[in-house]
Amino acid sequence: MPRIHPALADVTASDQALRRFLHGLPGVDPVGLEARAAALGTRSIKTTAKAYAIDLAISMIDLTTLEGADTPGKVRALAAKAVHPDPTDRGTPTTAAVCVYPDMVATAKAGLNGADVKVASVATAFPAGRAALEVKLADTRDAVAAGADEIDMVIDRGAFLSGRYLKVFEEIVAVKEASGPARLKVIFETGELSTYDNIRRASWLGMLAGADFIKTSTGKVAVNATPANTLLMLEAVRDFRAQTGVQIGVKPAGGIRTTKDAVKFLVLVNETAGPDWLDPHWFRFGASSLLNDLLMQRQKLATGRYSGPDYVTVD
Amino acid sequence: MTNPFTYAPAPESRAIVDIASSYGLFIDGEFTEGSGEDRNKTLSPATEEVLAEYVQANEEDVDRAVRAARKAFEKWSALPGAERGKYLFRIARIIQERSRELAVLETLDNGKPIRETRDADLPLVAAHFFYYAGWADKLGHAGFGPEPKPLGVAGQVIPWNFPLLMLAWKIAPALATGNTVVLKPAETTPLSALFFADICRQAGLPKGVVNIVTGDGRTGAALVNHPGIAKVAFTGSTAVGKAIARQLAGTEKKLTLELGGKGANIVFDDAPIDQAVEGIVTGIFFNQGQVCCAGSRLLVQESIQEELLDALKRRLSTLRLGDPLDKNTDIGAINSAEQLARITALARTGETEGAERWSAPCELPSSGYWFAPTLFTGVTQAHTVARDEIFGPVLSVLTFRTPDEAVAKANNSQYGLSAGIWTEKGSRILAVANKLRAGVVWANTFNKFDPTSPFGGYKESGFGREGGRHGLEAYLDV
Repeated sequence: MPRIHPALADVTASDQALRRFLHGLPGVDPVGLEARAAALGTRSIKTTAKAYAIDLAISMIDLTTLEGADTPGKVRALAAKAVHPDPTDRGTPTTAAVCVYPDMVATAKAGLNGADVKVASVATAFPAGRAALEVKLADTRDAVAAGADEIDMVIDRGAFLSGRYLKVFEEIVAVKEASGPARLKVIFETGELSTYDNIRRASWLGMLAGADFIKTSTGKVAVNATPANTLLMLEAVRDFRAQTGVQIGVKPAGGIRTTKDAVKFLVLVNETAGPDWLDPHWFRFGASSLLNDLLMQRQKLATGRYSGPDYVTVD
Repeated sequence: MTNPFTYAPAPESRAIVDIASSYGLFIDGEFTEGSGEDRNKTLSPATEEVLAEYVQANEEDVDRAVRAARKAFEKWSALPGAERGKYLFRIARIIQERSRELAVLETLDNGKPIRETRDADLPLVAAHFFYYAGWADKLGHAGFGPEPKPLGVAGQVIPWNFPLLMLAWKIAPALATGNTVVLKPAETTPLSALFFADICRQAGLPKGVVNIVTGDGRTGAALVNHPGIAKVAFTGSTAVGKAIARQLAGTEKKLTLELGGKGANIVFDDAPIDQAVEGIVTGIFFNQGQVCCAGSRLLVQESIQEELLDALKRRLSTLRLGDPLDKNTDIGAINSAEQLARITALARTGETEGAERWSAPCELPSSGYWFAPTLFTGVTQAHTVARDEIFGPVLSVLTFRTPDEAVAKANNSQYGLSAGIWTEKGSRILAVANKLRAGVVWANTFNKFDPTSPFGGYKESGFGREGGRHGLEAYLDV
């Protein structure tokens, strides 16, 4: 794996070596971490900075529909919205991607009609990840063959929590390979990993195994993206780049619904990993309802008045 | 790469504060002129704009204030504790209601960021009054005997770094225990105390229970030496504290002193690094380092020195210095030209003695008093910057190899107010904390305050405790 710095290559040689490395990472003091995230949340983002942040946030959205009830019609509507988020203002940036299940990739691709919006697909037996590796790889290959530009994979939390780090590592490596040219986002399901120490270890594990992005959660459990777990992952990508020269993206997903929240996350990016990450190539929001609030705030900045939910499109 | 995400200015409006052009003294429930002609000016350290004039109280003024307090003492100390508690609760609620106004005022007069006055100072000020209000009717259960008695009139002299918070630390326990007070705020930051006088009136506090006399050190000396006071509480520099201790030696006056510090912040190699970096920043750059319990000596284990310093410098590069009224400002102005000169001189000494200086790349405003966050590496116990209190945003970085060495170096100071320990190992926290001779030892955090927690020092950092149940003792005849 050429991506990994030679100094780190040995740490993935065995389960034991990997465990020693991951458990040797600096610990996380939960009180301090949450206090820092809360303090950054009090930044006051106004006027020009707010306008910039809103457009940036729109351009970072993976506009997502992940329901059992998804249909081609729903996915086409989503794709159309990703290309023209606000039909009343064609100057509105497009979202970064639409995010769908593998069987909807082709529909999404067609719906985008050649626009510069990526198709991301949640493969690997999303969201539980409880399937044989072969099934996960087939799922991934399906999505890529259908035209997915990005693969969002879930890790095997059971293996991680029982300390079988090498198994998790090897699965990520295999999925990365099956993804081919598609960028790989590795989802940890931080709510199930439970401790911040685990989230830091998972972040490094994912990055060592070749993730292009590390992602908080599926959006399917009780606790999804929080300012604190995102801050922690931003610290991880910052440290990883300092050590290896490789830049990895971060994607908080689930539960980010308002412009205010999104701006707080951008402040975390700006002041933790740094402005290099203030780009849709390196930071994403996994969200479905966030876009409409951003659009309403954008209209408010343009007109000085609040509109209302009927002035933005339903998905 | 230049950051495209430059935060637009987000200044807090100062319209909420109505500062008069001139202030008198608050004696016996009234604002009154001083008996002399002398007046001082207080200015905004961030802009050097004059905010208001105030009276330089002389001995005659101080005498009037003490007499008023003595007269008020008879009735106030005779009130049932629950009644005194009601007044304190009322004051606490008014402080909460007026907290935005007071936060803006304090930022204007002191130069510290609104983020700190709004999020740290004012909530703590209200909390102290609430906390001691709760003790007022329970003094018999505080462990000082069934019916502990107040002392009389407390003469209180407070510093400029936390003007309103230090007022709360002093006045709340004094009133709860049945004493009356004459308080002298610092000469560069008298305004919030004068606004507090107005709050006392708003709360209907009986006349003379709280008196505020403004002025410089001469006023403070007149207050401390007045025969009518029973207790002196002083927070400020060690030099002045020693002078007060000499003056009061042999008198019957009780004395508590909160003086300087040179807090050791000890980071072990198994510390949570990212949080330790935040704790170091909070420890020394909170309120521009103008904190007596600041963690101004960083003791880092040699094995992680490089990693920690890289992280610290990176973090300091993101600090935002400038207009203290901007809600996004992290580092405000130094309180006075005099203090800035002192910090500058000590930093220069650090350089001439051979320590390596690094300052955060902040652009300093053209007017006002500013000092960029600075750290000195390669510091040893023999350097002045490792021994003298700088009282500014200057961190001295020392290293150690073993826990014993860390303890020895941390204790090797004429001060003993605060210390911090950073490690993921709980047993080490307890073992090291037991050996540190400091009044407060924080573990995996720094500069955390709470009214229930006692605060005070060892050695030249003073004696006596403020806050918590212990804080009552200094105002009771026990």
